[in-house]
Amino acid sequence: MSLFAGFCLLLLSSTQLLAVESNEILTDPALEARARSLSKELRCMVCQNQSIDDSEAPLAHDLRVLVRERLKAGDSDAQVLNFLVARYGEFVLLRPPLAWHTAALWGLPPAALFIGVMAIVLVVRRRGSAAPAEAANLTAAEEARLSKLLRDKG
Amino acid sequence: MIAEIGHYALMLALGLALIQGAMPIVGARSGDPALMSIAGPTAVAQFAFVALSFAALAACYVSSDFSVLNVYENSNSAMPLMYRLTSVWGNHEGSMMLWILILAFFGALVAAFGTNLPVKLKANALAVQAWIAAAFQLFILTTSNPFLRIVDAPLEGRDLNPVLQDPGLAFHPPLLYVGYVGFSIAFSFAIAALLEGRIDAAWARWVRPWVLVAWMCLTLGIAGGSYWAYYELGWGGYWFWDPVENASLMPWLAGTALLHSAVVMEKRGALKVWTILLAILAFSLSLIGTFLVRSGVLTSVHAFATDPRRGIFILAILVAFIGGALALYAWRAPLLKQGGLFAPISREGALVLNNLFLTCACATVFVGTLYPLALEALTGAKISVGPPFFNATFVPLFLPLLLAMPFGPLLGWKRGDLLGAAQRLVAAAIIAAIGIAAGFALQHGGPVLAPFGVGLAIFVMAGALIDIAERTMILRVPFGAALRRAAGLPRSAWGTAVAHFGIGVTLLGIVAVTAWGSERIASVRPGGTIDIAHYRLSFDGLFNRPGPNYRDVVGRFTVRRTNGDLLGVMEPSRRTFPSRNMATTEAALMRRGVSQLYLSLGDPNPDGSVPVRLYFKPQVLLIWLGALIMFVGGGLSLSDRRLRIGAPRPAKASVALQAAE
Repeated sequence: MSLFAGFCLLLLSSTQLLAVESNEILTDPALEARARSLSKELRCMVCQNQSIDDSEAPLAHDLRVLVRERLKAGDSDAQVLNFLVARYGEFVLLRPPLAWHTAALWGLPPAALFIGVMAIVLVVRRRGSAAPAEAANLTAAEEARLSKLLRDKG
Repeated sequence: MIAEIGHYALMLALGLALIQGAMPIVGARSGDPALMSIAGPTAVAQFAFVALSFAALAACYVSSDFSVLNVYENSNSAMPLMYRLTSVWGNHEGSMMLWILILAFFGALVAAFGTNLPVKLKANALAVQAWIAAAFQLFILTTSNPFLRIVDAPLEGRDLNPVLQDPGLAFHPPLLYVGYVGFSIAFSFAIAALLEGRIDAAWARWVRPWVLVAWMCLTLGIAGGSYWAYYELGWGGYWFWDPVENASLMPWLAGTALLHSAVVMEKRGALKVWTILLAILAFSLSLIGTFLVRSGVLTSVHAFATDPRRGIFILAILVAFIGGALALYAWRAPLLKQGGLFAPISREGALVLNNLFLTCACATVFVGTLYPLALEALTGAKISVGPPFFNATFVPLFLPLLLAMPFGPLLGWKRGDLLGAAQRLVAAAIIAAIGIAAGFALQHGGPVLAPFGVGLAIFVMAGALIDIAERTMILRVPFGAALRRAAGLPRSAWGTAVAHFGIGVTLLGIVAVTAWGSERIASVRPGGTIDIAHYRLSFDGLFNRPGPNYRDVVGRFTVRRTNGDLLGVMEPSRRTFPSRNMATTEAALMRRGVSQLYLSLGDPNPDGSVPVRLYFKPQVLLIWLGALIMFVGGGLSLSDRRLRIGAPRPAKASVALQAAE
């Protein structure tokens, strides 16, 4: 279903290269690993929901080079992300930051679970209190028959 | 002429749908059997006219009639017959035609095989089905007519989007649509039950086969789409948390919950009100999926529609059906009688837990998919919600579900014995622990969590096997007796175990490929080599290969084991379509057991070298194999005797075997 990426592919003519080109790769493997994991958190903004790690678009290439330049200059991961957010806005982050305008987004999954659990607990407790009441609602004849049965057995 | 016949047939189908939507309801309210009996024949006739209309469109495509605008825009006479046929639904108008074809087909099936249904329920359900059909037929006729002509017919068509020129198009959309639309039957039955204000356990038994069929096809459709994206897009990803994928995942999650809650309703008469709500939600999410994909809200290759009129029309359908259904639910659901008490620790309790986690996971996907759209509409702020969000929220909701899954089938109805179930799962836990230990021993510096993921997958699979072992008592009674018990087990018990086993298989594939996959990015010249895992690929050179409506530039690579054994050749290519001046990446795949080597090619550099991306994907095929196993499990459950539609009940029930359940 996710042929959205093909959209990126189609926008470009047949001159694009593959995502993450060999000439981009840093010689320091530790730095390169950091660059790769940062790339997976950053959106290629001309594509549909694709990270710059996956995208073949020229913009993604530029951003990958930029990330690596910042890393070589000694930036921490957070500094790189902040630098890109300052330049391109929060749209560039695939993991939205926790803030007031994303509170509902991040809050919903735990809230849904909490509400679900509470609803189940409430229903169970209501049922639990309803069941004995039903059992107690025996007619006088039934009560008599029950006690007779119990007596006979005992 | 053929296009006009199709157009006219569609209008007649709309007329029939309107009759089918009105008369039976009136009949059901006034108790008039004649009016109610209109529902069946009109449903069949409506299907006949929709099928005629669809066949006319297909005929225009097969004969490459470019005087029809839709054919001109999406087909080309040079395309092979299969793609000319599949491109019928490779565009907006045609895919909506497929949607209503499947909708009408399901309606006709209910009419033809629902002979054992109560007359009122059948009449109401078919009427609701007709409302949906009429809404979408009106949508096609007014905003997305595929039968429009061009005055000066062009000689050649503009070709199908190259990404869609793939065998995947033949089965992926139809399967997904059978899934989406299949939930419409559950929806119609739910609305019919609410209209009547009466529901009993038998309702679940009538609805269950339809939900099962829809769920099976949706499972296979999602898995097929995932595999298609995996080999077509050229970087070996299989799930992207793209809104369009999420649009199909949400009905799947709700449908899976529905499948399980319907069991409780059928067996124990409990969870009726909840099951009705899930039936409404599952189809509502299918409608939302259709809206997301078809309205152009998400600009992607799926959103062929750029015309906002279409978006507003579908939005109106959405509001009318979802809003109407939920309002009816709020009004009528309190009238439905609750039933079936059960202790928290019981099979029912486990299925409630399943529903809790599935609906929460579904809500998570829902908010993650729609939040950026809502935020932008309300405040103008643009944010992205991508894979990191879903990995951080969806996965923690799904893991407890998987951990609890093996316990469910081992618990008794009404009041279960958790300790007993845990004791029976000790063997599974031991096997899982061995798997975790083996994972740690075999991996060299992989993620710490990976062996635990493997352990969970093994626990799920072993749990499914123990379920069957317990039911057949295979280790406690003589083998022959166990075999007889196995044959006597209800097919639905087999279905449960097989489908649960499939989930474990898929999980194993996901964990292995995520943790232990490797990747090489390089530029190679002819004669050069690349090493990955235990394999060495040498690049022999590039050559051209013409296709029917494209040109391939093929790279030929010889694959050897590191010790020199020849394994074969891989031929990835860049495919250029002159009719659209577009190119696609055709990755080459080599299967090694259930693992794959995956090689995709970039455009050759001027100096003669070629950029390539090479992956080793360990156990990757398990991801889709697991989905196939789930499909088989669904099929086994569907073949259960008690669900066979219209099958006469044997007079003497095999009482002895019921105890095994």
